[in-house]
Amino acid sequence: MAHFDEKAKPFSNQWMNDRLAVDTVKKVLSTEYWIPKNINFLWAMGMILAATFGLLIVSGIFLVMYYQPDTKTAFDSVNYTIMTEVGYGWLWRHIHGVAASVVFLIIYIHMFTGIYYGSYKKGREMIWLTGMLLFVLFSAEAFSGYMLPWGQMSYWAGMVITNLFGGFTKDFLGGIGNIQALVEWIRGDYVPGQAFLSRFFMLHVFLLPLVIMGVIVLHFAALRIPHVNNQDGEEVDFEKSARLYKEGNKKESEVIPFNPVFLSKDIFVMGIYFVLFFYLVFYHFEFAMDPVNFDPADGLKTPAHIYPEWYFLWSYEILRPFPFNVGLVAFGFAQVAFFLLPFLDRSPNVAPANRRGLFGIWFWLMLIDMIVLTIMGKLPPEGVWNVIGFVAALTFIILFILLPFITKTEKKA
Amino acid sequence: MSSRRDFMGMALGGFAALGGIAALYAAKKTWDPLPSVKAGGFTTIDLSVAKENELVIEKWRGKPIFILKKSASMPKDNREIVIGGNRYLVAIGLCTHLGCIPAYLPNDLMFKCACHGGEFDSNGKQTFGPPPRPLDIPPFKINGTSLVLGETGPEYEKMLANKLTQSV
Repeated sequence: MAHFDEKAKPFSNQWMNDRLAVDTVKKVLSTEYWIPKNINFLWAMGMILAATFGLLIVSGIFLVMYYQPDTKTAFDSVNYTIMTEVGYGWLWRHIHGVAASVVFLIIYIHMFTGIYYGSYKKGREMIWLTGMLLFVLFSAEAFSGYMLPWGQMSYWAGMVITNLFGGFTKDFLGGIGNIQALVEWIRGDYVPGQAFLSRFFMLHVFLLPLVIMGVIVLHFAALRIPHVNNQDGEEVDFEKSARLYKEGNKKESEVIPFNPVFLSKDIFVMGIYFVLFFYLVFYHFEFAMDPVNFDPADGLKTPAHIYPEWYFLWSYEILRPFPFNVGLVAFGFAQVAFFLLPFLDRSPNVAPANRRGLFGIWFWLMLIDMIVLTIMGKLPPEGVWNVIGFVAALTFIILFILLPFITKTEKKA
Repeated sequence: MSSRRDFMGMALGGFAALGGIAALYAAKKTWDPLPSVKAGGFTTIDLSVAKENELVIEKWRGKPIFILKKSASMPKDNREIVIGGNRYLVAIGLCTHLGCIPAYLPNDLMFKCACHGGEFDSNGKQTFGPPPRPLDIPPFKINGTSLVLGETGPEYEKMLANKLTQSV
């Protein structure tokens, strides 16, 4: 049995240490969790995401008190009750809507920072994979949440996205890839209706947030052993640097403790972020609120143009320009392609993309292609937009196929 | 000794797996469409009120049903329903690409889907864009000048057998 200090006063430091090892926990999780010095503001995106997720949970708690997951009352419970009756209901809704949109911008910055600096390689594969899993979970969370106001865009996005689970057409390979029953199973009805709304409500407010929290813990845990990457992809001797830091040779040490040193820089970046964030919440929330979704859901009237929120446009545009079955394969490819990055990149170098020759070109082409796909996804499928969208979708696929070849030719730095 | 532990481990694992599978089965059935949803799947529509080249939209299983009475000049087709000498297109009004509702353009005698640019002619056959097949025909049974949607009549079975539409 462990030793307990009989004389320790209840809840004193000694008393808590005997029972919960609070000092050890604090060391392990914060004051002796080492972060390299050689980083920049892009390394703050992780904590910004955590803080934004926190805001989504807090605002969501208030929204769920008045929201009604019923096809007859859902629309009014959001647009009338929460927006006009509930004290500060508009604030929670606008925080929730803006955060849901902005969180994807930060996720993409976080992702492309990782790609640029090669932070998915050499021991950091699990960080990348859990991060991509979080991206998929956040996508599902965003989609299920988008159903809840039960407006025209909710309904028709629900119709189009669940139809994707029907698989290939019946004339393809004798119909083995056609699983129309799955679509009706997901919806619990022939079309999105009450069963659909209440199950997506459950997913949005309970199951998916729960899973997301679990995977966030896993994502942090995956960071523990390989540590955070740095601006030069250099292999830091964390033990030596930690020793130097603790001995007081902070200048010679290449690392700083997570808390309070790194966190104070994080919080500075977060401060700037939240100024912009709340500017959007109070003055430009409308960018996160599609006007079409202010019409109640109507199963007999399709809106003139159906498009997803901006953060799904790139993958939507990979689906759109091809014939149905080909499009479905391309879309499936787009969903898994980024997961494969640590294995498609055959170069042994962990370095910023601009020092990696052809990979640098690959990186910027990929980034530009994603932006082009995003813009084309928003434009109506007509004329020259169709052609540009088709070329951009093809470019996306070709870039991923080329990646192993161009990284293989890279010389070891 | 280890074999006794192995046995207990396997017995525990076996029963736990059995319970897990049973729970998964129950979860799957819980997500199934309810019997009341499935039972509401029959609709009777009167075709005699339709006017030539004017699209009527009815509702069946929550889906829009297109009814288009064809004028004499419109081309004949093996997918049309003929009642009392009048020819009708009756189809589920959801684009066979991803399920948006195409709009009917009476002057051009065609349907156009706004979502991904798919086009269908007045027989519901795809003429442009990503739709993989013509608009689906719902199961129907002719009853005088009415159609019962959801029931299967000989005319519908013939269309299925000739692969003119697929079961929905």
